[in-house]
Amino acid sequence: MGAYILKRLISAIPVLLGITVIVFLIMAMIPGDPATAILGSYATPDNVEKLNRDLGLDKPLVQRYFIWLGNMLTGDFGRSFSLNRPVLDEILDRFQATLILAGVSFVLCSILGILAGVVSAARQYGFADKAITFTVLIGISIPSFFLGMMMILLFAVNLRWLPVSGMYAIYGGGDLPDLINHLIMPALALAAVATGVIARLSRSAMLEVLRQDFIRTARAKGVPERRVIYGHALRAAMVSIIPVLGIQAGFVLSGAVYIEMVFQWPGIGRMLVDAILKRDILLVQGGVVFVAAAYVMFNIAVDVAQSVLDPRIKT
Amino acid sequence: MSLFTLTRRTLMAAATSMLALGAVSAPLLAQTPPGVLIVGQIAEPKALDPAAVTAVNDFRILVNLYEGLVRYKPGTLEVEPQLATSWEISEDGTEYTFTLREGVTFHDGTPFDAAAVKFNFDRMLDESHPFHDTGPFPLAFFFSSVESTEVVDDLTVKFTLNAPYAPFLSNLAYPTGLLVSPAAVEANGADFGRSPVGTGPFKFAEWRSNEAVVIEKNADYWGDPAGTDAVVFRPITDANTRVAEMLAGGIDMMVEVPPTALSQFQGDDFTVVEQAGPHVWFLILNAKEGPFADKKVRQAANYAINKEAIVNDVLEGTADVAAGPTPPAFAWAYNEALDPYPYDPEKAKALLAEAGAEGADLTFFVTEGGSGMLDPISMGTAIQADLAAVGLDVKIETYEWNTFLGEVNPGLEGKADMAEMAWMTNDPDTLPYLALRTDAWPDKGGFNSGYYSNPEVDALLEEARTATDQTKRAELYQKMQEIVQEDAPWVFVANWKQNAVTSDRVENFELEPSFLLQLSSVVKN
Repeated sequence: MGAYILKRLISAIPVLLGITVIVFLIMAMIPGDPATAILGSYATPDNVEKLNRDLGLDKPLVQRYFIWLGNMLTGDFGRSFSLNRPVLDEILDRFQATLILAGVSFVLCSILGILAGVVSAARQYGFADKAITFTVLIGISIPSFFLGMMMILLFAVNLRWLPVSGMYAIYGGGDLPDLINHLIMPALALAAVATGVIARLSRSAMLEVLRQDFIRTARAKGVPERRVIYGHALRAAMVSIIPVLGIQAGFVLSGAVYIEMVFQWPGIGRMLVDAILKRDILLVQGGVVFVAAAYVMFNIAVDVAQSVLDPRIKT
Repeated sequence: MSLFTLTRRTLMAAATSMLALGAVSAPLLAQTPPGVLIVGQIAEPKALDPAAVTAVNDFRILVNLYEGLVRYKPGTLEVEPQLATSWEISEDGTEYTFTLREGVTFHDGTPFDAAAVKFNFDRMLDESHPFHDTGPFPLAFFFSSVESTEVVDDLTVKFTLNAPYAPFLSNLAYPTGLLVSPAAVEANGADFGRSPVGTGPFKFAEWRSNEAVVIEKNADYWGDPAGTDAVVFRPITDANTRVAEMLAGGIDMMVEVPPTALSQFQGDDFTVVEQAGPHVWFLILNAKEGPFADKKVRQAANYAINKEAIVNDVLEGTADVAAGPTPPAFAWAYNEALDPYPYDPEKAKALLAEAGAEGADLTFFVTEGGSGMLDPISMGTAIQADLAAVGLDVKIETYEWNTFLGEVNPGLEGKADMAEMAWMTNDPDTLPYLALRTDAWPDKGGFNSGYYSNPEVDALLEEARTATDQTKRAELYQKMQEIVQEDAPWVFVANWKQNAVTSDRVENFELEPSFLLQLSSVVKN
């Protein structure tokens, strides 16, 4: 197992190097340069040239890439010029916020999705199945940013139950209940689509397992139905549900970009959108590499979990 | 075989979780505290170092923390004393000597004196200054005419310019001219922008990244003390979310309300404030080649476009129709005699026929957004329809803002016949000097992307720059506006009125024509 993990980690290195090259080239090729973005109306060629020199953007492309890569390997991601602070500090702050949001959403959609799928499968074609299938389809079909805006209108503006946006209250907040208050709407809006997908796939996985011989045997032995479903069938179905969870985790992470914009959550998705619009090259590059690395690590973790769960999958 | 039996235990669990949720939600109903003003901003500030930033969004915070030698007189764009009590300008217009206010200290307790003024300008302008590396200072060129800054005595400072430059005073009043504490720059270096120290009515309290910048009342302020204990600036980049926060009571004030959201704020709970600013929205016409090389066709475009409809229907009354290149907010330099080109499609058709340009094909660069661009896509399509009505076939090409600037700033030659543009400036000199002179064509480093050229306009602008007498300057600018309106190098479309909304708990709030946000006299109940 240790060797397997090590092998996977080593194979991730070329992937990450490739990502650094791609993101660097994209940022170099997109039209519009940071100096123009900073200077706005005052971007005369003279001013742009001087500012580019001050920002160190006048060096040849290849040289700039290796300077950036070299610095990054020593933990120096450079300084963001749109925020005037070290890129890594900003990324770590922001990534923490995104992890909280995406993590809670992921737990929500996993639990709700699997539960809905299991109940549907156990009551195939019954009322519960139909009601859940209907709700799930709505969840899958509504774009998450629209759902988010509607939730704000209803729960924050009209009913005033929950705060509109942000992560903590400006005054008198900062504790866990305050965080939960701010988290309820964005986490639910972000979880909606993934819950639907997981529910649909859990349902079919469960239905397949429930038709198998060992379930009939369990029932024949007189095992209580609840234990048949949650003990025997769900455990077997998890082998096909877990990879779906892994994929959905990626979707939740990328879906966080819209949700962070709508709810002004101070996460890494919103940071990247702002950074791209301001042509904050180092912040975009650092952010993308960081997120990509996190995603690669997560995939490795999912694969490892799967091989632990199902020994038939060769390591 | 029930999966969810309604037992007493599940009921208890459900009730407990409902209670827990209720307890969590309870403190939410609390309003924002009295004495603390919470402002919804459009973005996270870059830094709170006046020399290092360029965005109005950042300036709105800075003018409450810092002061300059001079400032804009409230409600106008005229210059009046602030940290300087008076000044003298030499005969030839190259020496400005300021007498400084006595007994002013920075928030860190260090005295404000002539040496501090010299430090500020040397830091920005002198590449060998030990703290020049705390930049870059993108707008330092505002003071590029300054050759030297001299300490005459503790309370007297003298600037020597390399040539007479009339906009110098209004550039000093611009946020780039706000003065920082030298001791704080020495202590914090490049991080000064995150722990700012000035002389203003508020001092810096804390900056929580992406959540809030908090400033507090400065108890030792030399002037009238601030009306609130603290001001909190919250960055809320999404306009819809900003509106929702305002409606829900999460903020007390918001700036840049989207025109379509204004109707939500009618009624007694909110006050909408408006103020025309030094802004002009126009179309650059390519006067070098194609149909717009003919003045008649350029005038025809001005007649053909229904500016009233754009201002009232597309922008919902958040702008006025522009008459010429200078916005009316520069009251002293504005030519009151100018009337906007009326909407007259028949006259436009006649002019097009005279010029033989009926049915011409035109390429039109439109941006998706950008500073001061208002609602560029809707405005662009309205303009396209108006021009189609007089027989011009306009093809729109849309670009993201930074890409758009990269296309338009180097000049329209060979690419397009017209392009959208908007400017906000602090002096009537800036825009025409950078965008209408022959020496401001793109190949000479200016923004005259439509290649307009009129020697008379060039001469007037050069002369106005060196005249230190304001009445004389005003005359020159008014003459320039007349000629430029007649020559029609642009289609003059709109002057934006900035707006803001406050809740009924906020008093004494006014918007300034400078687009800055002066909050020291505001009271929050």
